[in-house]
Amino acid sequence: MTMLEMAAGLLMALAVLLGLVRLVIGPAAPDRLVAADTLAMITTVALTGFAVWFDSKLYLDVALIYGTLAFVGIVAIARAIEGSYS
Amino acid sequence: MRLLADLFLFTGALFTFLAALGLLRMPDVYNRIQVGTKAATLGALCFFIGIGILHPDWWLKLVVIAGFILLTNPVGSSTIARALYIAGVKPWHVSKQKASRVITAETREGS
Repeated sequence: MTMLEMAAGLLMALAVLLGLVRLVIGPAAPDRLVAADTLAMITTVALTGFAVWFDSKLYLDVALIYGTLAFVGIVAIARAIEGSYS
Repeated sequence: MRLLADLFLFTGALFTFLAALGLLRMPDVYNRIQVGTKAATLGALCFFIGIGILHPDWWLKLVVIAGFILLTNPVGSSTIARALYIAGVKPWHVSKQKASRVITAETREGS
C-alpha cells in the first residue's frame, strides 16, 4: 500500500466522520436525510475501496446492492417528509 | 501506471471528503443537497477510474456501478429537493444588514 492510497483511505474516514457529525447535530429531519444520502454515497465508494484493499471482487456486488437499497430508502423517507409537513 | 491509479484514487477520496466538508459547512438544506450530490458523484467516478486502472479485469462491474450512481444520485437528490420544497422548507437568504457588512469588508480589503 503506497502513501497516496493511505492518504485516500484517511480522507474517506474523515469524510464519514464529518457526515456523521451532520447526521447527529442536524437541526431537523431534512438535514439528517441529506446527510444520510451523502453517507450512503460515501459508503458505496468506500466499499469499492475495500474490494481493492482485501483483493476480493465480492465487495463490488456488495457496493451495488448497498447503493440500490440506500436509494430506495432515501426516496421512501423523502416521500414521507413530503407528506408529513404540509 | 500504479502512480496514475493512486492519483485517481486520491482525487476521488479528496472530492468525497470535500462533499462531506460542504455538508458540514453549508448554511442551508438546499445548498447541502447540491454540494453532497455533485462533489460526491465526481469523487465516486474518479475513484472508479482509479480502481479500473489498478484492476483492469473488474471494469464491467465498475461500469455498472458508475452507471447506476450516475442514474440514481441526481434522481434521489431532486426527489429530496422537491419533497422539501413541497413541504415548505424555506431557502436561506443573506439578510440585508449582513450583506452590506460583507460588501464593506470586501471594499476595505481592496483599498
